[in-house]
Parts: sequence; structure tokens; C-alpha cells
Amino acid sequence: MTVITKQAQNPVGHLTPEDIEAIGRELDAIRQSVIETRGEADAAYIRRVIKTQRYLELGSRAVLLASFFPPAWVVGTAGLSAAKILDNMEIGHNIMHGQWDWMRDPKIHSTVWEWDNASTAEGWKHSHNDLHHTYTNIIGKDNDLGYGIMRVDEDQRWYPMYLFQPLTNFINMLIFEYGIAGYDLEYGKMRKVPKDKRPAEWNESVRKTLSKIKKQAAKDYLVHPLLSGPSFLTTLAANVTANVVRNIWTHSVIMCGHFPEGVATYEKSAIPENETRGEWYLRQMLGSANISGSKLMHIMTGNLSHQIEHHLWPDLPSNRYAEVAPKVQALFERYGLSYHSAPLPQQVYSAWHKVVRLSFPNNWLATTRPSNLPSQLKVLYKMARGSRAERRRLQEQLDLEAAVLR
Amino acid sequence: MTTAAFRTPAPAQGGLRRALGERLHRVAAAAVTPLEPGDVLDLFHPLRRGTDLRARIVAVRSETDDAATIELKPGKDWAGHVPGQYIRIGIDVEGRRHWRAYSLTHGPRSDRHISVTVKAVADGVVSPFLVHQAKPGTIVHLEQAAGEFVLDDAHRKLLFVTAGSGITPVIGMLRNLFPVTDAGVVGLDHPAYDITVVHVAPSEPQTIFRRDLQALNDSGAVRLIPRYDDVHGLFDVAQLADLVPDLDERVTYACGPHGLLDALEQHHDARGLALYTEQFRAPTRVSADAEGGTVTFASGAVVEADGVTPILDAAEEAGVLMPSGCRMGICMSCVLPLREGAVRDLRNGELTLAVPGETPTAGLPIQTCINAAVGACTIDH
Repeated sequence: MTVITKQAQNPVGHLTPEDIEAIGRELDAIRQSVIETRGEADAAYIRRVIKTQRYLELGSRAVLLASFFPPAWVVGTAGLSAAKILDNMEIGHNIMHGQWDWMRDPKIHSTVWEWDNASTAEGWKHSHNDLHHTYTNIIGKDNDLGYGIMRVDEDQRWYPMYLFQPLTNFINMLIFEYGIAGYDLEYGKMRKVPKDKRPAEWNESVRKTLSKIKKQAAKDYLVHPLLSGPSFLTTLAANVTANVVRNIWTHSVIMCGHFPEGVATYEKSAIPENETRGEWYLRQMLGSANISGSKLMHIMTGNLSHQIEHHLWPDLPSNRYAEVAPKVQALFERYGLSYHSAPLPQQVYSAWHKVVRLSFPNNWLATTRPSNLPSQLKVLYKMARGSRAERRRLQEQLDLEAAVLR
Repeated sequence: MTTAAFRTPAPAQGGLRRALGERLHRVAAAAVTPLEPGDVLDLFHPLRRGTDLRARIVAVRSETDDAATIELKPGKDWAGHVPGQYIRIGIDVEGRRHWRAYSLTHGPRSDRHISVTVKAVADGVVSPFLVHQAKPGTIVHLEQAAGEFVLDDAHRKLLFVTAGSGITPVIGMLRNLFPVTDAGVVGLDHPAYDITVVHVAPSEPQTIFRRDLQALNDSGAVRLIPRYDDVHGLFDVAQLADLVPDLDERVTYACGPHGLLDALEQHHDARGLALYTEQFRAPTRVSADAEGGTVTFASGAVVEADGVTPILDAAEEAGVLMPSGCRMGICMSCVLPLREGAVRDLRNGELTLAVPGETPTAGLPIQTCINAAVGACTIDH
């Protein structure tokens, strides 16, 4: 998707400024209706999920003490994977958003919660809550767009290194918790700063992250295997597996939130200085995609399956998104906007397709057929190895061919 | 996650056992990070030693139509109390944690249970819940007993003046001196206590503990002088001298609403009599020129507060985790440093002004439960 302002048909072009403010008011009213009815049942819900997660984790780890016995390994690993996913998604991510702060429970509060992940709660709250949720899908401001290592939008300039991004993305998927930790530290940016010029707070954040990684690794890769005695190796394998399963799952769900084809992105310069509440809402509406599915699916994705609703109101209790989703969808329809929602496999495919498509220069994949593959490969080689001018010339040629094909 | 310290086994057996305990704790901590071992133990034993103080509701007994006694089994760390003291209970109502202070209405019991008697306040949040909806088995949060309203052994000739639920700390003292049992009042051989109780209530049926008071009176343990508004008319402190002829020989303990205590204070001052008081709810006075403003916290939270809402309530409403206590300006649990800006005391309209450079750098301590913002304020929290 190109940035919204450069598209042939602007998807919000038909809306007047009054429409946009009216949308804002309607969304505020929906939000208010949830806030006014938060209560006993919601509090019981999050407490139940936390309790379930803790029993599931304790139970799975207990079963894994006998992990040399294959059925125990399978049951324990499956349980631990699910427990880690619950901890990260429905519990950690949402509590750190402050969705449960209204309960005034000092143990279930965004300021004190810590999660089972390499990334520190503090680092995550900054990069995710402050930056990503404020500057959602603004190219150059929202680092979640490609995490600074990938090209996920036509309007990000193509460099040869992006040819490797399907592989980069695959590796990032497997080690996602470390990817996030590095991303929260903006390691990519800070790497280029000489060591003695890095700010003291950054060094402190790195120290905290390393300390957290050490504790996390000690728990999964040393303490529990040791407690398992003769099952040392099988428990180690189980814990590695559970962490990888959690990484793959969270990576997939998060890719589905903003990467599927059709999700809107924005130019920095097109965002007004004083973006109104309505305009901000609109950007969130078009910049997110939902995953349809069962209740279990919603819980295991931490209700990020309701990504659109989550981005409109990141601080509403996650268990309430399902109830407001139909109202939001109806509003999209009334204002002629497209509400992106599809089952998980479809959204994952769409997101991966985009990662692959944009690893190539714009329009390269669209103009490639089996018959012209050799010549296309030659073009790609020249673009990768040639000068900047050469790259520009070949890009224009690709754009022209694509326009003819359309 | 923050939690109370996980306490290792008592180091009674000396160094070896302590070292073993510490090592065990380190392993447990490494095995459950990022949780604390205490978080895991709380799943199974929320009343254990070493964790945050909690209690389980054992029974809820109705006293009158709108009052009930809540019997609690406190956690292992409960340090006991002196009759007349109060506790603060934190309970979740409609999903939100609320803290309230209640007087303990028993002396220490052999089963270590404690009890409070609560009168449902119209439009209240916590008291109607405790009286009508609280269920045995519920875990509530607790703080250790506090309060200076306790008997002094030096005084044996006493006058209690209580009004409405102001009877609660006094009944705790009286029951401790003279337990009311199935067999009647016991402890009558207490040396040299001479007690008169003037109890004020709207009407007899609405009086909590009226049976206990009557039994204490009938047994001769105390002399009860009930003053019911519907029978005797509104109580006036000037009547005290007639009701209690030996008033000047007695030390007075009083508990009730603000108006009564104020009047008593003047009355006793004039006669030069000793008076101990316990106040239940602070009167709030809304100043006409209430302004309100934006309150910025050091944590980054920004809260819009109006001029008639305590900063504590406004901040909690906005999801900020605030220290809180009695919510009536007496316990000082909610005090936070005001770095910059002005706040108004809702009880008397008094302004507190913090100017960086002029006031202490650490800020001026203010009670957030009874102060409202006057313009923009910065609070270190």
C-alpha cells in the first residue's frame, strides 16, 4: 500500500472535515459506554485469566519435571507455550496498556506489571504505547512499520539489502522476544553512535534489558532443567520450544495487525500539526486489520484480533472489544470505509506476501511472469549492483510496464 | 512485579537453617521470575505469614435493617489491637478497590478473629456493599490496627458520649471489659469501673448494639442513658450536666459526627473537663470560588481535576495508582509532595501554595484526599 495521500483514489477522499469529527464523536460515545459499565464482571475476567495462566504455567512446569517421558514432554510443552502466550498477549500487553488500572489493584497495574519476555516492561511501554500507538503507520515515525529492518510499504525506498527481508523476517519470527528487546532499545539507531556519545539513560536501559534477559534465560534454560534432574535435556528442549512457539505466535499476530495488504499508511508531511481527535481516530481505523475467529482465538491473540478496536481505544479492557466491534464495523460501513477483517491464515499469508513482494523493487513482482523471468532477473541484478541513477532508471521502466499491464 | 517479601523459614535454628532458607528462596525466585515467589504462594495461601496483610470474611451478621457485623479472619501477620482502635479494609466493589476505616467492635478474641460493624450509608459505595452483598469467603485487604482512641488505665470513672455508628469503638471497649455471653454479661467483678454511656440515635430500632447496651445496663456494668431523637427530641450537650450529675468527676470519651464533637469540645473546655474524641467523617465545605485545574504527576500522568473533587478521587478516576487512607483528612496515608501550584483544603477553604525556589525542594506535603486543585499543580508521585 502506498501512503494514503498518493493513492489514485484516496479512501477517505469522500469524507468532509465535519464527517471526520462526527466519526470522532461517535467513537467517543462508544468508548464512554464501555467506561461507564466497567465493573465486577470485567475485574473477575482478568483475575480469572491471570489465575488460569499461573496454574497452567505451574502445572506445565511440574509435568515437565518428568519430560524424559514423551507424553509428559508433549503435554508440558504445549501447556507452557499456551501459558507464555497468555502471559504476553491477553495479560501483559493489555495490563501494560493500562486497561486494568481502573481497578486500583496495586498488583494488576500498568506501572508495576512485568512480563515473561526478554523486553522489559518499561522499554515496551515506551516504544509500543507511546510511539507506535501515537504515530501509528506514519512512515518514518512509527518504527513498527518494518521494525526498522524491513520494507513494508511502497513508499519506503528500496535498497538491495531488502532482498534478504523474507529471511530476516523469518529469523526475527523465531527469536521475536529478543527482536522486540533490541527494537525497544532502538539498537539499530544507537549502534551507529560512538560508545562514548551514547546517552547515560540508554546505557541504563541496556543494562536493565540484559539483566532481564539473563534472568529469563536462567529460568528457562538452567533452573528448570536442573530441577528436572535426569530430564535436564528434555526440559531444556521443551522450554526452548515453548519460547519459540510463543515467538512465532506473537510475531504472526502482530504482523496481522498492520501489515496485511490494504492497510493504510501515512506520510509524515500529510499529518496536520494539530491532528484532531477525529483525524487521529480515522488514521487508527484505516491503519489496522482484524483477525476473525473463535473466542479462544481472541483470547490467545490478547484480543489483538480486534486490532482496529484496540487501536481506537488502547486502554479499554480487552474483553470488551468483541462487544463494541459490531458497532465499529457498522460505523465503517455507514461512512464508506473498509473494515479489514479475515481469518488468521489469510491475514498471515497477506502479511508475508507483502514482505516478499516489497523485498523486490516496486512493481518487480507484478511485472514478472515465468516467460520473462530471465530478463526480469537481469533487471533485478542491475538494480542491486548498479548505480543509484541506474536503479532509478530501471525503476521508472518497471513502473511504466506495470501501468501498461493494468 | 512488586509484592511483599517472601519470608524464608524463621531462623530459629541459627545460621545453617537461615542460609538454607535464603538459598531456597533464591532458587524459587529464579524459577518464577518475573513473578516473585510470594505471588505464586499467594495463589494457594493468601493469608500466609510474610505476604500483604489480608483477611477472609468469615460471617456477615445483620444487626439492624441497614447495619451488619462483618467477622474477619485476618492473615498470620495480624499484630492484634487495643479496643477502640480502627482498621482500614480494602475491598473490591464493582471491580474497584476501595479503602475504608472501621472501628473494631470486639476486644482480642481467642480465635484471633476480628469484627467490624458497618452501617450502610445512603449513596455510599462500600458500606452498603458490606452490609447487603459481602459474602463469607471473600478475601479483603487489611492494614494493622491504628488509632489513639483507647482507654487509659489511669481513669476508671468514665463517660462515653456516642452518636449513631459512633458507638462502634466504644462497644469494642465495653465488650472487652464486660463480655456479653449467652449466659449474660461477664466480667462484672472488674475493679472500680464506673461507666455511664450517653448514646444518641434517631430511634431505638435504628440503634446498632441496642441489645448489648441494654444487657450491659441491666447487669449493672454500665449506666445507659439513651437519647432517641423521636422520643427525647434532638440532643443538646447542655443537657449533659442534668443527665450525668457527676459529670465533672468523669473522663469523657466521645465518638460521633463532627457537629456533636465540636459542641462537646466547647462544652468541656468551658468546664475544664478531659475529653478524648474519635471522628468518623470529616465535613466537606465546597468553596464558592472553586477552580480546579490540571494536575501533573512526576510519573507523567496528567489529570483534569475540578475544584470540588479531592485530587485523590480525580487521580484515581483517571487510573493513577494513589496512596490513600481514611479519605477524610485524618490518617495522612495519602500525603504527597506538591512541587508547584496551589491546592485548597475542602474542609476549611485553606490554600496551600508551593512555589519552586521558595518552598522546600522536596515539595510541600499535602493530603490529597481533602485537597482540590486550584489551577495547574505538579505532584511528585
